Amino acid sequence: MDKKTPLYDIHRELGGKIVPFGGFLLPVQYPTGIIAEHLAVRERAGIFDVSHMGEAVMSGPGALAALNGLLTNSFDTLKIGGCRYAVMLYEDGGAVDDLIVFRMDEDRYLLVLNAANTEKDVNWIRDHLEGDVTFEDISEHIGQIALQGPDSRKILAAVADETAFPEKYYTFRDHVSVAGVDCLVSRTGYTGSFGYEIFIPADRTADVWNALRDAGALPCGLGARDTLRLEAGMPLYGHELSAEIDPISAGLNFAVKADKPFIGRDALLAKGAPARVRVGLKAIDRGVMREHQDIYVGENKVGSTTSGTMIPGTKASCAMAYVDTACAEPGTEVSVDVRGRRLRAEVVPLPFYKKP
Amino acid sequence: MNTPDNLRYSKTHEWLELLIGGNVRVGITDYAQDALGDLVFINLPEVGDAVTAGESFGDLESVKAVSDLFSPVTGTVEAVNEELLDAPELLNSDPYGAWIMEVSGVTETEDLLDAEAYNKLCEEEE
Repeated sequence: MDKKTPLYDIHRELGGKIVPFGGFLLPVQYPTGIIAEHLAVRERAGIFDVSHMGEAVMSGPGALAALNGLLTNSFDTLKIGGCRYAVMLYEDGGAVDDLIVFRMDEDRYLLVLNAANTEKDVNWIRDHLEGDVTFEDISEHIGQIALQGPDSRKILAAVADETAFPEKYYTFRDHVSVAGVDCLVSRTGYTGSFGYEIFIPADRTADVWNALRDAGALPCGLGARDTLRLEAGMPLYGHELSAEIDPISAGLNFAVKADKPFIGRDALLAKGAPARVRVGLKAIDRGVMREHQDIYVGENKVGSTTSGTMIPGTKASCAMAYVDTACAEPGTEVSVDVRGRRLRAEVVPLPFYKKP
Repeated sequence: MNTPDNLRYSKTHEWLELLIGGNVRVGITDYAQDALGDLVFINLPEVGDAVTAGESFGDLESVKAVSDLFSPVTGTVEAVNEELLDAPELLNSDPYGAWIMEVSGVTETEDLLDAEAYNKLCEEEE
């Protein structure tokens, strides 16, 4: 049975096309359409219901050591008010999930997890927790809205005190009053544009949504969230990262600190250099690349796509893919089997989109 | 939803217009374009291709997914609307103006619906 977020009724009222995603019923788009929603985020500002994301709190004197042992990144240097991206690995080096850790206090951390993985993550963490730590899944009590786009600051300032905003990327401020609601606001996002993510008591989520919408943010659905993150070259668990795809192959080396022990480190080190790596592909021929399509150089299969679409606002199909390291150099021409038709594409550097 | 009375409709959401002289034009319905969302690419047949009633003659890509186009008739492709290659969004903005192909020498036609029956079908699918 799929769950509803606190904004479900609002999505219906706004004419959102509701689909099941990660165990939740969410709008894939509103009547405005994916293209307009994507462009609104690049040019102005959009709001996304991301209440499906999981949240858990780890606290106690052993919390820091526990996180360092469970996750690929190091949290020794994470200051209170800072956010850090990390991957959680199985013993064999495959990924359980990727997540963001917020340092709330000396001994208290908030973990933000992928919706579809929350239960799996929570069980994994509980099974591997050592030391003087408490761990609590608070997902049901938290609503979350992503406010993304160059006008985000202006829009947030219309409903909250600007001096309370987090300034730097990957920092946050707790107890920010947004439309009169006590929220945590972070300078994070999954679009590649400037923006915020707002963590809200579940029963007040609608108040914040309505206030941001009244201030000029366009409601956007999962469809635009996916085209935006793809254009920004951001990995999505289950596509570019999975139990079969380790973070080194995914090019997430910045989030892997192998100079300290963590679950999966030894397996990761033993693998050595990956045979296939994550690249961007841009179509030369007309057509649309999608996930799970085979990639060839001549008659040799050299990889396959993991995500693909037509990027709104362009006439170009872009994909993320894993290819043999020999074919990973930007400028390499490949062909992609798009349902029996060979479409020529070029390896290009990620991301496809960079904030101006 | 707009469903012009002068057209005939397939159960797979294509429309068919009978032209003077016996050729037919084929496109997708307002209901189809709305269900598919923003269309970004169309794979058209080529002039001279044989098409078969009930079988795929091309495909349509929205931002999210790809869908087959099904021919409501058997015949030969007489013309295709090449404007759609550069502007597939016309299928969203003007689904009954944005014809996809014209077919000549029609020998077989699927069971088609009139506007009223088609509207009823769409209601049932909702």
